[in-house]
Amino acid sequence: MNSTRVFLEFLLFPGLLFTAAAGLLTSWVDRKVTAMVQMRVGPPLLQPFYDLRKYFIKETCVPEGGATGLFLLAPLIGFAGVTLASLILWRALLNPQVTFVGDLIVLVYLLMMPALGVVLGAFASRNPLASMGGSREIQLMIAYELPLVLVVLVPVIQAESIRLGELVNGTPAATWSGALALLAGLACMQAKLTIVPFDMPEAETELTGGVFIEYSGPPLGVYKLTRAMMLFTLPVFLVALFFGGFVIGPGLAPKLWGLLAWFVLVALTVVIRNTTPRLRTDQAVKFFWGPVSLLALAAVVLAWMGY
Amino acid sequence: MGYTVNALTKSLNVFHLGGSACNNCDIEILDALTPRYDLERFGITLVGSIRHADLILLSGIFNKKARLRMLEVLAQAPRPYLVVAIGGCPASGLIFRDSYNFYAAPADYVPIDAFIPGCPPKPEAIISGVVTVIKALREGAMVPKCLGEPDRAGEMAPVPQAEGAA
Repeated sequence: MNSTRVFLEFLLFPGLLFTAAAGLLTSWVDRKVTAMVQMRVGPPLLQPFYDLRKYFIKETCVPEGGATGLFLLAPLIGFAGVTLASLILWRALLNPQVTFVGDLIVLVYLLMMPALGVVLGAFASRNPLASMGGSREIQLMIAYELPLVLVVLVPVIQAESIRLGELVNGTPAATWSGALALLAGLACMQAKLTIVPFDMPEAETELTGGVFIEYSGPPLGVYKLTRAMMLFTLPVFLVALFFGGFVIGPGLAPKLWGLLAWFVLVALTVVIRNTTPRLRTDQAVKFFWGPVSLLALAAVVLAWMGY
Repeated sequence: MGYTVNALTKSLNVFHLGGSACNNCDIEILDALTPRYDLERFGITLVGSIRHADLILLSGIFNKKARLRMLEVLAQAPRPYLVVAIGGCPASGLIFRDSYNFYAAPADYVPIDAFIPGCPPKPEAIISGVVTVIKALREGAMVPKCLGEPDRAGEMAPVPQAEGAA
């Protein structure tokens, strides 16, 4: 493994370029399914690319009195995090032998970076509405990280390994504990993407963009791109953990099953987003620390008992 | 210029800046954004923050106090952006022109790119107006005013404490 190859993997496939393109296409799926739910035609296939191009010709406004350096750096933190996460994930899916011990833990941390970047940027912008959004985002993170770790524990207990390369051989979704954990994982994914019913950090109606309110031009474009990449990567993460065995088996059929599982996860997310109202922050915290955590805990216990 | 205009007009984020209007234009603007007209087909979406705006829809006369806020908000818009006036009020003041709180028609002190007449204009008229603006931009018949006069919005931004903070 020479350094040029690592660099190319990071920049082209399965890192930056691949994840960005796939993420933008996923965000098109999101918008198109939304349009279908609302019985309209929806945007053309390349609309997310047009949007991104537009952000890069706009002026970058920097709020007076804010922490300028952090304000401009924050979008890149999340962007780098999700790119690396996607790289590690896809390397495990494409070539399970080359992964390292504990990469799952690294992955869980990397997937936290976009939310952290958003919070830092919001507080650096010195806008009261953005600060409000940032504090909501932190509360949301505190709420969903606990059940998410429990959810990730289930495949770990079943495979008795914390190496992603060994985890992707199993198919926990076919067991009782795995199915329960997947259900809890779906709720966590919805919150991690901060989409309805957990979009209180942005809150179009009362915070008018919340954490992103002061961003314009290229930094806003990077944020949007990061979110699109998360929308692509998180379902892949769940597919790798819970349907891994279906995906990396020999032949073409397992890949198609994996694609189907991924699409169902994305479509479920979008349909939930379109059919539910926004929760308050306290309701979301109660939801995650109550039912979702209990569900995930039950899944962990079941997995421990071998179901 | 061609690349900029193309990139801008393919993905317009609409920001609605309504001030001291009778609300009919605001209702028609919301109607234009409903699924019935499905403006997302052309990449047009509604945004809540002026920092995300590409197309700013003005409605109403902006009375003496609202005017200062409007200029402040407009000065925060990232360039290039377009300002489109909805209804007759921004052009002439219409029925509000003799009110005690009327300052001047916004057309006299804001660089407005296009006017969509009507009291209020129908959603079809708003869409047709925006399409006309997009076509004129692509053909090079017009340039966004914010680009032609780089610092105009900034110059006009008033000192907030002088008369507005009371």
